[in-house]
This record gives sequence, C-alpha cells and structure tokens, in this order.
Amino acid sequence: MSTSRKWYAPYISPLDPCPPLSPIAYETPAQLYLGFQPQGLEQFSPFDALVHGTLWPALFTPYTNPYQSKKRGEF
Amino acid sequence: MWYYEKKLQYPVRVGICSPKLAKFLIEQYGGTDGELAAALRYLNQRYTIPSRVIGLLNDIGTEEFAHLEMIATMVYKLTKDATPEQLKEAGLGDHYVDHGKSVYYHNAAGQKFDMGLQSKGDPIADLYEDIAAEEKARSTYQWIINLSDDPQINDALGFLRERENVHSQRFREAVELLKEEQGQKRVF
Repeated sequence: MSTSRKWYAPYISPLDPCPPLSPIAYETPAQLYLGFQPQGLEQFSPFDALVHGTLWPALFTPYTNPYQSKKRGEF
Repeated sequence: MWYYEKKLQYPVRVGICSPKLAKFLIEQYGGTDGELAAALRYLNQRYTIPSRVIGLLNDIGTEEFAHLEMIATMVYKLTKDATPEQLKEAGLGDHYVDHGKSVYYHNAAGQKFDMGLQSKGDPIADLYEDIAAEEKARSTYQWIINLSDDPQINDALGFLRERENVHSQRFREAVELLKEEQGQKRVF
C-alpha cells in the first residue's frame, strides 16, 4: 500500500536566519499509484461515498495539516 | 551562478528570407509555453522541491536559456535585413512600431510575456505542470515546422523539439522518484 505523504529534509545552512523547518511534507495521493482503475474495486456505501467525495476507498486520500502533528516525519 | 559558453547549443542556419516565419517563432520566445517561461519556471521551482530533484530543474532550466538564445538568433536573422514594408507585410508592423528590429518577449499573437501558472510549491503539481509544458512546447514546434518551408530552420526546430521529449521523460522520472516509498530499494 502506497503512502499518500512523504517527507524530505532540505539543506539547512548554518547561516539561515530562522530556525530550521525540517522535514518538509509533500503529498503523493492515491491516484498517482493506481494506474488504470481495475474493475470490481471495493466500494463505500452510497452514504459514505457522498461524504467522502468518492465511491472507492482506494481513491480516498484525505488531507490533514502535516505540521500540526507533534510527530513530524511520521505518518 | 552560471558560466557562459559563447556558442549556440545547436547551429542555427536560416536558408530562406521569410520575415513571416519570425512572427511564428516568437511564440517560443515570449509565449506561455515558450522557452523563457520554461527556464524561469524551472529555476524558480528549485527552492520548494525535494533535494534529489533540484539538480534536474537546474540543468533543464539552464538548457532552456540555451534554447531561448537559438530562437532569438532565428528571429533576428529573419528580421534584421527586412524593410519596414516587408515587416508590415509579414504582420510585424505593430512589432516594428513598438520595438523596432529588437526581439521582444511576446507571443505570436503579440501579447506581452505572461508566465501563466508557473510555480505552485507542491512538488507533484509542479512536475506535472512541467511535463505538460514540455508536451505543449513540443507541439508548438510541430505546428511551426508545419508552417515553415525552410529545411535549415526546420532542422534546428527538430533538434529543439527532440529536447522537449527528453525533458518530458526526465520530469516523468522525477515524479517516479518522488513517488518512491522511503527506505525502499529502487529497482530498474
């Protein structure tokens, strides 16, 4: 199963004016990995599909603020 | 920082006196999907992309400036000896009034340079935009080649078109790099 968020550590200079913000997150949502969607994928119930914005759990990639978590670099 | 080599990336020879062709070529100079927009966009995106992709953007952005220089050479060769009357016939009368014989950053329709969407700060969004821009630049070269009957210009345009293909491939590879799960071995 692919992860929908990755982290990288940018170069940090000893001369930077502000305290470093590292690692930095970027999103790699599910559609990057699915390829041509296979038939017969598991589906949400109609009600859950409306709430989630998609019928398929495999395409559901919710977003949360990566910088609010205390555990940076983990997901 | 950059070093400059005082030569073109690929020789530019113009065989037929056709100022009209300059009007089409200027699209790749100051158009939204032109070489200037590409160079500025890639160099600008370097700052907010994971470290392993910075070098690629740096190299390709730099090469786009070399392409820009080739386009400028073509446009200048095609217009420098034209009379005002010939420029007018070629649809470059407005250009002549505004800019004389200088090359200028606008598109084939005469609209001033506009970078369009440029940089989003999201690595995947930026790289997909770059891939799309390379494919659009490739097709622009195709349409210009279709309009041109100068085999020598078309030779250089064919080179530039092929470079767009290579850049598109490299950006696609960059997306694959960013999609990789961390701590996993890469298999070629």
